[in-house]
Amino acid sequence: MKLILKNGFVYDPLNGINGEKMDICIEDGKIVEDVKDAKVIDCSGKVVMPGGVEIHSHIAGGKVNVGRLMRPEDHIKNVMPKTRLTRAVNGYSTPSTFLTGYLYAKLGYTTAFTAAMPPLMARHTHEELHDIPMLDKGALTLMGNNWFVMRYLKRGDVELAAAFVAWLLKAAKGYAIKVVNPGGGEAWGWGRDVRSLDDPVPHFDITPREIISGLAKVNEMLSLPHSIHLHANNLGRVGNYVTTLETMEVPNGTKPARERQVVQLTHAQFHSYGGDSWRTFASEAESIAKAVNNNENVIIDIGQVVFGDTTTMTADGPMEYYLSSLTGLKWANKNIELETSPGVTPFVYSKRSPVSAVQWAVGLELALHIKDPFKVLLTTDHPNGAPFFKYPTIIAWLMSARYREETMKEVHGAAQKNTTLATIDREYDFYEIAVITRAGQAKSLGLAEKGHLGVGADADVAVYDLNPEEVDPSRDYKLIEEKFARTSYTIKGGEIVVKDGEIVKVVDGRTLYIDAKVDEGLERELMRDIDYYFKRFYSVNLANYPVQEVYLTNPTPVQIDASNVR
Amino acid sequence: MHRYTDVICSFCGTLCDDIEVVVEDNRIVDVKHACRIGTAKFFASNDYEHRILKPMVRKNGKLVEASLDEAVERAAEILKSATKPLLYGWSSTSCEAHSVGIELAEELGGVIDNTTTVCHGPSALAIHDAGYISCTLGEVKNRADLIIYWGANPMHGHPRHLSRYSIFPRGYFRERGQQDRELIVIDVRKTDTAKIANKFIRVNYGEDYELISALRKVVNGGELHQESVAGVPREEIIALAEKMKNAQFGVLFFGMGLTQSYGRHRNIDNAICLVRDLNTHTKFVIMAMRGHYNVVGFNEVLSWQAGFPFAVDMGRGFAWYNPGETTANDVLQRGECDAALIIASDPVSHFPRKSIEHLAKIPIIAIDIHPTPTTQLADVVIPSAIVGIEVDGTAYRMDAVPLRLRKVKEPPEGVLSDVEILRRILAKVRGEQLAAKAEVAR
Amino acid sequence: MQEVVLTPKEQPSYGLIAECISCDVFAGKSIEEIEALPVYYGNKQGKLGDFFDVSGEVASSAEEMRIVIAGDVTKTRWIGREMSAGEIVVKGSAEMYVGAWMRGGRIVVEGDVGAFSGMLMRGGELRVEGNAGDYLGCSYRGEWRGMSGGTIIVEGNAGMEVGQNLNGGRIFVKGSVESFAGVRMKKGLLVVGSATDRVGAQMTGGTIVVLGSILRLLPSFDFAGEVENPEIDGESFEGVFKKYTGDHAERNAKGVLYVRKE
Repeated sequence: MKLILKNGFVYDPLNGINGEKMDICIEDGKIVEDVKDAKVIDCSGKVVMPGGVEIHSHIAGGKVNVGRLMRPEDHIKNVMPKTRLTRAVNGYSTPSTFLTGYLYAKLGYTTAFTAAMPPLMARHTHEELHDIPMLDKGALTLMGNNWFVMRYLKRGDVELAAAFVAWLLKAAKGYAIKVVNPGGGEAWGWGRDVRSLDDPVPHFDITPREIISGLAKVNEMLSLPHSIHLHANNLGRVGNYVTTLETMEVPNGTKPARERQVVQLTHAQFHSYGGDSWRTFASEAESIAKAVNNNENVIIDIGQVVFGDTTTMTADGPMEYYLSSLTGLKWANKNIELETSPGVTPFVYSKRSPVSAVQWAVGLELALHIKDPFKVLLTTDHPNGAPFFKYPTIIAWLMSARYREETMKEVHGAAQKNTTLATIDREYDFYEIAVITRAGQAKSLGLAEKGHLGVGADADVAVYDLNPEEVDPSRDYKLIEEKFARTSYTIKGGEIVVKDGEIVKVVDGRTLYIDAKVDEGLERELMRDIDYYFKRFYSVNLANYPVQEVYLTNPTPVQIDASNVR
Repeated sequence: MHRYTDVICSFCGTLCDDIEVVVEDNRIVDVKHACRIGTAKFFASNDYEHRILKPMVRKNGKLVEASLDEAVERAAEILKSATKPLLYGWSSTSCEAHSVGIELAEELGGVIDNTTTVCHGPSALAIHDAGYISCTLGEVKNRADLIIYWGANPMHGHPRHLSRYSIFPRGYFRERGQQDRELIVIDVRKTDTAKIANKFIRVNYGEDYELISALRKVVNGGELHQESVAGVPREEIIALAEKMKNAQFGVLFFGMGLTQSYGRHRNIDNAICLVRDLNTHTKFVIMAMRGHYNVVGFNEVLSWQAGFPFAVDMGRGFAWYNPGETTANDVLQRGECDAALIIASDPVSHFPRKSIEHLAKIPIIAIDIHPTPTTQLADVVIPSAIVGIEVDGTAYRMDAVPLRLRKVKEPPEGVLSDVEILRRILAKVRGEQLAAKAEVAR
Repeated sequence: MQEVVLTPKEQPSYGLIAECISCDVFAGKSIEEIEALPVYYGNKQGKLGDFFDVSGEVASSAEEMRIVIAGDVTKTRWIGREMSAGEIVVKGSAEMYVGAWMRGGRIVVEGDVGAFSGMLMRGGELRVEGNAGDYLGCSYRGEWRGMSGGTIIVEGNAGMEVGQNLNGGRIFVKGSVESFAGVRMKKGLLVVGSATDRVGAQMTGGTIVVLGSILRLLPSFDFAGEVENPEIDGESFEGVFKKYTGDHAERNAKGVLYVRKE
């Protein structure tokens, strides 16, 4: 399909374009210089941005489905019957796969990465990704509690660790190294946790610090597109900002192999808490933001909280246990052999709760205190802080101090008292919003053809019915919230898939994964060791472990030559 | 001759993936490592005498051979003209077939349900209320020092469960295998599994719930005032509670002795809560001993596609779920459905009489590999290929580990996979041409 | 008060979803509009008028509205769903989900009701002169915040899991109830004539009163003395009652169970 998006206000931060009126030309799924005989879409008076890129969202896999299985009460919400184009859908905090695709497309998102894939369950993750339409997809792959990784790093064999990571990404069809509560997941195999960077992992005699620095090193040896993606220790604990500050320093010796950070500290909101008990629970967002501002190796994504009923789910098993013991609500857990231990429990963020109120403020404080928008990406850690379709509300909060003030009045006084949010006047503009919702994500993920509208980029575009010359986001925050929730147009791979907030075409995206080659001798050595372990300690045979390409929609390997790793 | 290694057995929820199969002239001539039942299933695929080889359609009261097109056409007619079709079975076929089946149910506005409804449906209901504190089977192998089977007899139902995953294997932290573990069996009768256990606890018939409540009270620090509960003396209950609290890694496997006895889903609810209580003392997990090799897969696919694990009514174009209303037996016994598509299952042999009486009144389409009382009652019979022997496909093990089952030999001539048959019916129902390539390519 | 009479015609065998039968929906509509309201059975959509003769006077507000169903509607589901005011009288028996999500007003069923009636009620009154099925005054699957307000009164018996996950409001069953009455109950009052077993299973709060006998008590309840003529939640009960606390299978359970002393 050939298209010209005419005369819109274009926000394309990676190409330095800040609201200029210009045309975007599309042909064969790509942005091109010029195009003839194209369908013209009049975008005058509208905001044009690259398609949104989701960097951290629990949208597919065993844990997400446990959330669905455990919460039928969540699936009598958002119920929509099938139409000529779309499938029957439901689910609020754990939407069905089809609904996930439709909802992202309506927000103007065209790419999404699922946040935590256990390799043993990777086939399941890909089966669900297969059933998420409208998006290009990928999976962050859990490694921070992997026995092979811990063993190789412990004995200082970084090369073998790198070879393993390369093999695992290919076997699981994963895109990046995800580290969740390093060491804590293994300790949870015995009902324990690690509570500091130097707490040894039971039986493995390695520390979280060593796991993080080791995997950061491995990541750069392999020169993977994304940095390591780190869910730090002590998530959600009172006073955890100390651990978070220490964690940021850990990979400082490592140089990035590409133009990006060395570590993305994910859902930082959940890691920026002060106080010494729930009674004195307070924000330390300013300390965290300051550290991020001064550290060129680190970026964060927010993990913003929005009030309401949601489902928490992470590969951080001990944390989910702890949370469910606080609420008394139902709890699911799934220790996965040699790899990880996810958990799931429902949660209600209440405006009347002092803790929820502070959590809400912390996320916004992070976004407003961190100076460079490329260092702070918009996420809710869906569905942990809130379902992803609450992004428009968060965008409106960031663009309007007045809206924040209005909300502050409705929530517990702790948000006023124990955070700095009320003192901040900063308001994001459209350019900065474009950074924290797409450009920053694409840069962090190393997706050269996404998150921008330069020639050669994927023709993934979002058009919002907002006229920057007329709208004052500070005052018209409700309009911002409304218009970011349903695009005028979403264009995916050069095709119009959403028009005026409705799905007009259902498409399958691509699934990206890393195909990295290391030295053959090293790989042979690795396979001998893996084989020994599989025979004895896994419950499936090695031959049945790797995910076949047939599970992926339009499988798209990202080739990496790491043969210098030997 | 071809020797296939790492073949996955598509019999029970244990999904053993270490089978060796030797195939010669499209006949299986040797099977290694499988249990008695699994081996028999592999060899049975050679036996075409007990297979359905041709589609059949009922004419003048008699099932007669028909072409596949005719059978598909007839099936589509029956389904299209129904007001409330029931699509039932699914636990012994692939997730790829589930996917097409769910789309068909949605297209028809029918009720879709699987055998969960008569086995571990209560477990699903319990999980809705209590959650599910579990693990993969390799965790049990590597860590467990206390293994409890409650209302389950794997020696018969899941023959290799004990040797591959639970009591016998050597694990990373259990180097001496069985010597490093303790096995307790709780059941109403001394089963063969109980005979090899370190301890057998006999519970009164229908009083499992009371025993779990008593255990929970003790585990949570309460005092037990009764001399005995459910036929188990107080001292024994206290000793069991202590043992569970002091395990390093305990696991409670439960079977249909718990899900289908008096109390049903509340037995499981209470058992999950017991395991939750134990987690304040130590590491403890629980797992359902799922029967059919892909009963879990159906629950998974339906959950991600339609939001619920089984028993979904698509009548209004969206999914509505409430066991007691939307479950196959409830729909049948209230006389609501007016056509049924039964796939890879034999409800006529297994359902209550009242359900079968209604089944006998309505047109049935049966898709299966061999004749059953259900296919005999059917109006349209379509033969299908065996997943995991004659066609590829995905299945989920009892611990929800997904595996890709493999084809090792050709199906009988002209016999298609469940996926292909369902795609043809779906296309016919929609009045569309069959897409050349499956949309679900996997 | 104005009255609309629905006289049942032939009922379908599929189960008729008629959530439109509610004073909130009827109020302010013409008889023709009411006849045209959608009902669902199997995969079909029909009109209320296909299954009922509609007559009478329609009020302009739900408060002023009364709906009479003149006969048995044992295939009709969801009568009075989410109703906030007014009155429905069923002069016969109805099927599942009568008064589900009801917020106010009153529903009287002169015969029996099916399972899940009074599901997740928040207010108002549901009165059943016959028997009720399983899951009377229950929650929806997985929803831990169950029925939170209003009153259910059943003159006859009720099935299993009465008041499952009860989180407020009152349920009175004059006859007997089957097992698991008040299971996972958190708040509110449940009064039953007599009960079988597993009363108050996994309850953590609220009060259950058994006016007659109970077949078997769970081992996880503790005896807490006898009380005479107790007053509970503003209701007076005559006689001597044995008081139990539980369900102590749960940590910190604050439930109370009274059983009349024989």
